[in-house]
Amino acid sequence: MTETVLRSTAEKRRLNLDMRALSPFIALIALIIAGALINPDFLTASNLLNVVTRSAFIAIIAVGATFVIAGGGLDLSVGSMAALTAGVMILTLNNLGGGDVGTLALGMLAAIALSAACGLANGLIVTFGRIEPFIVTLGTMGIYRSLVIWLAAGGTITMRNYDLRELYRPVYFDSILGIPIPIIAFLVVAAIGALILYRTSFGRHVVALGSNEDVARYSGVPIWRVRTLTYVIQGICVGIAVLVYVPRLGSATPTTGLLWELQAITAVVIGGTALKGGVGRVWGTVVGAVILELVANIMVLSNFVSEFLVGAVQGAIIIIAMLVQRSVHRGR
Amino acid sequence: MKATVLKIAMAAGLMAGVATGAMAQQKNVTIGVSIPAATHGWTGGVVYHAQETAKLLEKGYPGLKVIVKTSPDGASQANALDDLTSQKVDALVVLPFNSDELTNPVREIKKRGTFITVVDRGLKDPSIQDIYVAGNNPEFGRVAGKYFVDNLKQGNVVVFRGIPTVIDEERVSNFEKALEGSGVKVIDKQYANWNRDDAFKVMQDFLSKHPKIDAVWASDDDMALGIMEAIRQAKREDIKFVLGGAGMKDMIKKVMDGDKMIPADVSYPPSMISTAMGVTAAHFYSNAPMRGTYVLNAQLITKDNAKDHYFPKSPF
Repeated sequence: MTETVLRSTAEKRRLNLDMRALSPFIALIALIIAGALINPDFLTASNLLNVVTRSAFIAIIAVGATFVIAGGGLDLSVGSMAALTAGVMILTLNNLGGGDVGTLALGMLAAIALSAACGLANGLIVTFGRIEPFIVTLGTMGIYRSLVIWLAAGGTITMRNYDLRELYRPVYFDSILGIPIPIIAFLVVAAIGALILYRTSFGRHVVALGSNEDVARYSGVPIWRVRTLTYVIQGICVGIAVLVYVPRLGSATPTTGLLWELQAITAVVIGGTALKGGVGRVWGTVVGAVILELVANIMVLSNFVSEFLVGAVQGAIIIIAMLVQRSVHRGR
Repeated sequence: MKATVLKIAMAAGLMAGVATGAMAQQKNVTIGVSIPAATHGWTGGVVYHAQETAKLLEKGYPGLKVIVKTSPDGASQANALDDLTSQKVDALVVLPFNSDELTNPVREIKKRGTFITVVDRGLKDPSIQDIYVAGNNPEFGRVAGKYFVDNLKQGNVVVFRGIPTVIDEERVSNFEKALEGSGVKVIDKQYANWNRDDAFKVMQDFLSKHPKIDAVWASDDDMALGIMEAIRQAKREDIKFVLGGAGMKDMIKKVMDGDKMIPADVSYPPSMISTAMGVTAAHFYSNAPMRGTYVLNAQLITKDNAKDHYFPKSPF
């Protein structure tokens, strides 16, 4: 008898967990239905592919943010980091000067190396400096942003080599088997992220660290290393996002990546990851990023909201989505 | 850009020369310049022109010292103004972040007898300023609107707005006024925050939403670049042209080269800071009256006059 009770609670818990994981997808479907009712052009393949493609940057960055937040941290510097990485990557390409694949590969390598280093810096200051991640990354947010403004002298950093631009452009605009490359990129990043978070001991350590640092420490989790690594993963994700971002407009400006950190955090939270740590949901995060972009898209496609009120409606939809999620959980 | 600054410096120098006979007498004057930091292409241009002009003016007027200070937001600018006054400036050239926050700090400086030149965004109390130099925002919208009426005659236009501000409102309402009674119709408008990425997204959405768009008023060069990329991706043939504004060097280059999609631009020069610094310096070194309001034209830049607006060395 005890056995059956145990089994039924276990089943209940599994069902409960599934509902939590499913709710972002339910919100997504509700939004798609709303969009289709508002404007018939919404459901065209080109519109939906555009929206999902351009959500790729935030989705990729937010996969990294899922690790940081699940581990009980926060990274406010990702938008500035993306701008700095994009700027340095373009400057590297301009200085190398060539229009071939080798040049491009070197530039990409530089981008990933720089963003990983930026993430490492964030992680080391948080762990060894024992400073709140909010404050550390607020500081580095200013530093990275100022550096890109300084590099650009307040103007724009643009890819100068026309051949290289044309060579690189397909990375954003082309597709493989009808799926745009940025979408493939974020699916691959999310799959790897999910694998690491759910299937490795490192992933379990991240979640343990986020749910209770003291317990994790006494259980032998190497806290400093795990925490630092979450920021490095965040950095690498920013680097990958930049690789997809640069071919779109071929330039970086002082306004590149502005407020991306808030969008990434919003995507993570909509996806069901707890802001206080201890729970991480990679696929929910990806859906959260798509939801954010869809809301903006539907607002522009709708004819009955004044342009002055678009921001208010977007904000309201996000809050409603969270309330719906919450009530779904309570109902179980 | 060098040409403009040189012209201003020379004109100012000439006036000084005519008025005083020569610049022989040494006069020690300090001018403080307080401007926003380079966080946007246009303000980046302002910083560049301010620094270049400071060098030229110091060379042109013996005894003149120009201190350029940049601030990332309104509150820091108020602090920067305090710092400048502690260095005893004779004149202040200020491009305020916003009118409300900075009116009182500037008034305090005025009370000490400092000569005040205000640039672009005005203060709430215009009696504070001795000189006011500004771009013409209503005219910026009107010139653009007239270009659509003259060149498009009729058709559907989408409008990109900047950030909700008085400047943006003046531009857009005068653009729409200029279209009144013509066959040109605004079918949609949306904020894209003077940002390239946002403009790219909004243009993608406009292209999904509207099967036929005849032309686009980007109202800003940064946004125009994002819009162009979205049009290129969608391979749409119906759009005849995109009109930006402000005079970014990349866009002026396109106008010079005869790009069909970018046939023109409307000027809103960040070098207006140079004009302001030039007349302020001239106030001290000449006997000619300099007080007053200088409103710069919002000029239509076409293939014919584009080279006068092309400054390849400027970051903007």
